[in-house]
Amino acid sequence: MIGKAGEDDGMIYLDNISGTPLHAEVRAAMVAYMEDGFGNPISQHRAGDEALETLERAREDVAGLIGANKTEIVFTSGGTESINQAVKGAAAAVGEKGRHIVTSNIEHQAVLRSLRALTRMGYRVTSVPVDEHGLVDPADVEKAVTDETILVSIMHANNEIGTVEPIGEIAGITRKRGVLLHTDAVASAGVVPVDVEALGIDLLSMAANQFYGPSGVGALFVRTGVKIAPLLDGGIQEGGLRAGTQNMIGIVGMGKAAQLAKREMSGRMEHLLNLKKMFIERIAEIDETLINGHPVKSLPHLVSCSVRYVEGESMVLLLDEEGICASTRSACATGSLRASHVLTSIGRDYTTTQGTVIFSFGIQNTRDDVAASSAAFKRAVDFLRSMSPLYHKK
Amino acid sequence: MCAYSELVMDHFRSPRNRGRIERPDGVGEVGNPICGDMMTIMIRVKNDRLDDIKFETLGCGAAIAASSIVTEMAKGKTLLEALQISTETLAAQLSELPKNELHCSNLGADALHKAIMDYYGRRKAQPKKTRGGKVEYLERSEKQCCCPYCEHELPPGAVLCTNCGKSAGTE
Repeated sequence: MIGKAGEDDGMIYLDNISGTPLHAEVRAAMVAYMEDGFGNPISQHRAGDEALETLERAREDVAGLIGANKTEIVFTSGGTESINQAVKGAAAAVGEKGRHIVTSNIEHQAVLRSLRALTRMGYRVTSVPVDEHGLVDPADVEKAVTDETILVSIMHANNEIGTVEPIGEIAGITRKRGVLLHTDAVASAGVVPVDVEALGIDLLSMAANQFYGPSGVGALFVRTGVKIAPLLDGGIQEGGLRAGTQNMIGIVGMGKAAQLAKREMSGRMEHLLNLKKMFIERIAEIDETLINGHPVKSLPHLVSCSVRYVEGESMVLLLDEEGICASTRSACATGSLRASHVLTSIGRDYTTTQGTVIFSFGIQNTRDDVAASSAAFKRAVDFLRSMSPLYHKK
Repeated sequence: MCAYSELVMDHFRSPRNRGRIERPDGVGEVGNPICGDMMTIMIRVKNDRLDDIKFETLGCGAAIAASSIVTEMAKGKTLLEALQISTETLAAQLSELPKNELHCSNLGADALHKAIMDYYGRRKAQPKKTRGGKVEYLERSEKQCCCPYCEHELPPGAVLCTNCGKSAGTE
């Protein structure tokens, strides 16, 4: 089902939150389009018509995945563009009503830096805290919203610790106050059920490479009637919200991936949750190790663990030596020179954040992968602790 | 993503001289406040030479490799020779280390020098020759990290890079 991309050279790929391998059916659809499709959907001839038909079919598939109408889907270059477009576009369109935005302490950099850019233009931002599991309290959002507030942007699921936020409850507040609600669902859309109607979201960002589609393509859901200003000036593509000829090959892939994700979602979730549970059980014997995120309200495929007295990058390097791909947010590895803001927001101290490794499973992974990776992880921790000055001191 | 040279990876995979020395003659402990790395070097001295040297390090791959390399370079040398191992000579060994991780090599040299100074301190002695009467390396231990975008050296605690203006870290 998943192509060779995920299993070459005995590689065990457990960094699906950074991008999933391409599904074989997605690749087949993209290759078929590369061979035959070339028209520009905006053209007034048969080649254009064919491209338009392909484009709209993909749009319908993406809309279907999140319970939207196809006219509410704008194709973008990925999660970051969707988020920038949603946040900055909303601020530009409704900025005359007020200049206050509410967000949370654990948002992705795309949200945080978009908001920081807006603060330089005179907008004010209130960031609500999260509890030790990374959950936002909707009551904090309610308190933060003022008459000046135009937008609330809270992520649907956190990409570092997996916690799924109470977006439905937050939407109840934003609806009541007449404030727009954007949710960054990049880590969750296509992985767990996300329904824009049931949740009551106005703007939602998503990316294809989180659910076995290609990277470089994403979508923004814009509820009918919600006005946002485009970031790019140019043609009238995507309802005037995203100028420029569409990335047709990517969009074909995203459409196919969305179709498969919707059809297979419950089976995929069950499989991923089984792998996650097994992994957590297997690593339970590593002492002084914390699992980050909410124990239940969490993505089914992500395990973030903080191992005390060791550093994350060295663990990831050792795992890579054994063919296992995992991810870390330690300051060294990210090049940011700072502890992860998500981990410090849930109360982890600096040394603990340094020892954090994120394992994220994919539908291509097996129980054998979990057995091999949990064993390799234990070996890596033992090796590094054997030379850790703090482990000996404790 | 891995930008380490084969030499660095070799020392990371198979670190030389890791562990502890019972009743060492000198101990040097350093920590990097920016990235949270910790390093301890223990030495045993015989006839003014580093008869044995061991390290313990909590840190990234570069920090562990730097510890291994510095202990390998120092072992068997006289104390004065070992004091000549500087951040620069170590960094040359760690060739191709991303500039941002050069501070890991500072840790290695600092811990070694501190261990030797600890040895002198215990014996109420001094190294016979220091430049300008001061021990140069000890002032280097706070050497800063670099901007992840333009590699400009950052002052401690900097939020924005003073050169390119970009954020030096997460919000």
